[in-house]
Amino acid sequence: MERTAVLGRLSWRFATVLEVTAETDQTHSIVLDAPDWPGHLAGQHVDVRLTADDGYQAQRSYSIASAPSDEQLVLTVERLDDGEVSPYLVDELRAGDRIELRGPVGGYFVWRPTDAVPALLVAGGSGIVPFRAMLREHGAAMSAAPIRLLYSARTFDQVIYREELLRLAARDGIDVSITLTRAQPAGWHGYTGRVDTALLRQVSWPPEEHPAVYVCGPTGFVEATANALVGLGHDPGRIRTERFGGTS
Amino acid sequence: MVTRGFHGRRRAEVDPARVPPGQYVTRDFPVLSAGPTPRRLAADWTFTIRGAVDEPVVWSFYELRALPATTITTDIHCVTKWSKLDTQWRGVSLDTLLADIDTSADYALAFSDGGYTTNLPLADLTGGQAMIAYEYEGEPLTPEHGGPARLLVPHLYFWKSAKWVRGIELRDDDQPGFWENYGYHNYGDPWKEQRYSGD
Repeated sequence: MERTAVLGRLSWRFATVLEVTAETDQTHSIVLDAPDWPGHLAGQHVDVRLTADDGYQAQRSYSIASAPSDEQLVLTVERLDDGEVSPYLVDELRAGDRIELRGPVGGYFVWRPTDAVPALLVAGGSGIVPFRAMLREHGAAMSAAPIRLLYSARTFDQVIYREELLRLAARDGIDVSITLTRAQPAGWHGYTGRVDTALLRQVSWPPEEHPAVYVCGPTGFVEATANALVGLGHDPGRIRTERFGGTS
Repeated sequence: MVTRGFHGRRRAEVDPARVPPGQYVTRDFPVLSAGPTPRRLAADWTFTIRGAVDEPVVWSFYELRALPATTITTDIHCVTKWSKLDTQWRGVSLDTLLADIDTSADYALAFSDGGYTTNLPLADLTGGQAMIAYEYEGEPLTPEHGGPARLLVPHLYFWKSAKWVRGIELRDDDQPGFWENYGYHNYGDPWKEQRYSGD
């Protein structure tokens, strides 16, 4: 097994919000000035800590949306209606505010520019966030590893990083496939319906090419997708997953 | 420092004394694992204690089910910040499985289908602190949550409670497991907030 030691303690540090931009109506990107940020790998996340005026604190983890080579650290956060931290980050946070960060965290769900094998990235909803970091890193490093992204969103308006993904799709070495599960705009040329075995067979690298596979999204999406990929003959040991949300 | 405009949404019905620092209480049951969910039939499942023992000891699922079982209601705490209170589990205490095993080992490395491992001191598996659980809330444990059977060590962060557990290697030395190799804390006490290496 690859060993990625985190050296020393991960300490809390303050970061200043430079800009908040809307990606969709429920999802905002937060551009941060994080002095002395130790750097990260594409796919890692950070812990965010907020403190109320009576000292009460809340922590959550968010995937890093920016590439290691990007100048600023960016988090993209989806607002969960019954959430405690995400509604604050999406609705309330603005330029000039300061939040506490700790990280980077996680060394398994990562893509490195030195990875030479084909990669398949499968995202459901805001599961696209770590893949944006990977795709930006792929571009910055001029990686020759071919990447295919399959991204499932409910509607065109809920496609996060829409413009950027369309630009990326035009580049050599990166294929972007989007499937819209709930509604499609007039003239939609992409896929429709949920990610299933038939769509994965069509879009993914054949198992014989031993691609590195990454699946990120809500629990049900990741379970179904990972099971379908195993069913297609992909080595379970080469499928890395990141799930969010629960089962009852 | 206070975060401007943040008030938090404390849940009035939750006793703060039951929630470790940095955790929040959830009602659903999040699923976290590094890869696809292994799907092994109970009939094909065995549990092995090996390593620093004279002879490895192996139980089939049905042999495990025939051992005296215990039911516990306990709180669980995941390093990704959620805690779930009053979860009910049924299974076999590690004390029962280790009763006839003579070992000099101080450490254990749990291993699972899918290649997952996690390490802990052997002392944390005894004294009624750990079980091999095969039922959750009165139902057979589902594959997403580690079925047919998982390790349950509720006093440590939940990544120590290895899903799809297939056995325990008793060791004289402490060998870091999967997440412990990726920067997570070697021991993982939620009440000391030992999330990451160095905490």
